[in-house]
Amino acid sequence: MADDGFISLDGVEKVFEVRRRAGLLRRERREVRAVDGISFRVARGEMVGYIGPNGAGKSTTIKMLTGILTPSGGRLRVAGIDPSRERTRLAHRIGVVFGQRTTLWWDLPLRDSYRLMHRMYRIPDRRYRENLERCVELLDLGELLEVPVRQLSLGQRMRGDIAAALLHDPEVLYLDEPTIGLDVISKAKVRQFLKELNAERGTTVLLTTHDLTDIEQLCSRVMVIDHGRLMYDGSLAGLHEVGESERMLVVDLESELPPIRLDSADGGDQPALRAVKVEGPRQWLAFPAAASAAPLVARIAADYPLVDLSVREPDIEAVIARMYESTP
Amino acid sequence: MRLYAVVAAGGFRRYATYRTATAAGVFTNTVFGFIMAYTYIALWDVRPQLGGYDTSQALTYVWLGQALLMTSALMGGGFESELVERIRTGDIAVDLYRPADLQLWWLAADLGRAAFHLLGRGVAPMCLGALVFDLALPGSFWTWPAFLLSVFLGVVVSFAIRYLVAMSAFWLLDGAGAMQMAMLAGLFFSGMLLPLNLFPGLLGEVARALPWSSLLQVPVDVFLGKHTGWGLVEAYVFQAGWALALLGVGRLLQTVATRRVVVQGG
Ligand SMILES: Nc1ncnc2c1ncn2[C@@H]1O[C@H](COP(=O)(O)OP(=O)(O)O)[C@@H](O)[C@H]1O
Ligand SMILES: [Mg+2]
Repeated sequence: MADDGFISLDGVEKVFEVRRRAGLLRRERREVRAVDGISFRVARGEMVGYIGPNGAGKSTTIKMLTGILTPSGGRLRVAGIDPSRERTRLAHRIGVVFGQRTTLWWDLPLRDSYRLMHRMYRIPDRRYRENLERCVELLDLGELLEVPVRQLSLGQRMRGDIAAALLHDPEVLYLDEPTIGLDVISKAKVRQFLKELNAERGTTVLLTTHDLTDIEQLCSRVMVIDHGRLMYDGSLAGLHEVGESERMLVVDLESELPPIRLDSADGGDQPALRAVKVEGPRQWLAFPAAASAAPLVARIAADYPLVDLSVREPDIEAVIARMYESTP
Repeated sequence: MRLYAVVAAGGFRRYATYRTATAAGVFTNTVFGFIMAYTYIALWDVRPQLGGYDTSQALTYVWLGQALLMTSALMGGGFESELVERIRTGDIAVDLYRPADLQLWWLAADLGRAAFHLLGRGVAPMCLGALVFDLALPGSFWTWPAFLLSVFLGVVVSFAIRYLVAMSAFWLLDGAGAMQMAMLAGLFFSGMLLPLNLFPGLLGEVARALPWSSLLQVPVDVFLGKHTGWGLVEAYVFQAGWALALLGVGRLLQTVATRRVVVQGG
């Protein structure tokens, strides 16, 4: 068991059969390989990011991990349990949050949904009270308990959903796009909470996202999935290296100037950055994601009439696109 | 079991939050009650003892119909559109993941709803009707609990029918058609428009044997003291039989549908 991992997948596949009308009577059958042979292990207490563009197969993986979808092939175990065979037994040990779907009672105050969890998971009274108190405090839900769920903002609802998923002390928490559509403050609160949950309680966390910032702030390990295949499994820094990803420096100059050129600092023949786009006084300058931005900014400020600047992180689509380019 | 008690309480409270809608509904029920009452008076004037009811029994039928219209969801409604929507959007997957039984869950919620509608939408029109018209109220106290039990069984049958309608959404692209058909069938075969006793010949016999007659016709006849002794037991057995049969079919469809969702993703 020891090296088997708390969550373990071996060549897991999910193939959907999609029927489509083609012409009057003919029906076309098409196979969608949503998850196409994925293997990984997650140890107890790890916090792992599962990222990939839309349609990559993230949600399908999560659904198989909860048991609401049966794999078409491969072997999958969570805490030693085959999820699709023993969905109900597993449900007592895991927590799930689907970003775009709520498990809360729409027309009733948040507190009623929690009462329901209390009974549904048969949580001992004291345990329930303690956990609720803790979630209310850390997720800032105090004012919201008596508010009907339909009146909550998306960010408030998401916090409410996360609390609902944790009242029964799950050993592992899956979050499917927990920050999608959230405002900056809610995003920060959710991230902070997950960090503490993982650090203090040792809850294993697997979260899907297409926002690299989530991963940057939360996960030491990241898995990249695209077209149902695992493209990368390792640290975030390593991902930038593999993807040869670039960050973007957007500078506003006092006037329109020819593209900025900076030679490599250590005298190599690779320039330190390259101008990707020039639009009037604004220039977009790409540089390797692993390089530090500060010395570049200092050198630009010394040589050019700099008015304003911002740094953009690479987005996941760009990282994956470059990954394809580098591994033919 | 306590879980389902919380679900039922939630079903009750959920409807209780919409006070204006409840007031508007009571008003509508009352207006309809008056219209139907005067229609029935005219009808029974011409044909006294129609269907074995005298005029005051016929009026009682009208007002009980209004009182139970929402309680027993005679024309459908309550939870199906919500469940159909969850099936259509795939949210049903989230429900499946919970360690709770889908059918019992929705049954509990619907019983909570029915309890609210009996109190919130049923009592007021019934009292108004009794004030204005000469209704045939039960002579014996025991008729009241006997009536309530029959209403309860009727609500379960009504739930079972509506659950089947909702389950059809797993196979039909559009649940609206099934819901409309169920509404028409309910309107006609529950006896909401005309007591099933008035239906002639074979049509009447068939109508009285269909599950919808459990929703209104049977409870009203219990209220009017038409079923007593073994007759009462038979009436209960009729209702409970339909309830069990329909719940059983619903459970079967649920099992098949669940298997499909788990394999096909809905
Ligand atoms: N129930 C389903 N039936 C058919 N195709 C599906 C179903 N669910 C997902 N898919 C397809 O599988 C692929 C992966 O979907 P999904 O796991 O939801 O991606 P992600 O969550 O990464 O955006 C997509 O092409 C999607 O259209
Ligand atoms: Mg998704």
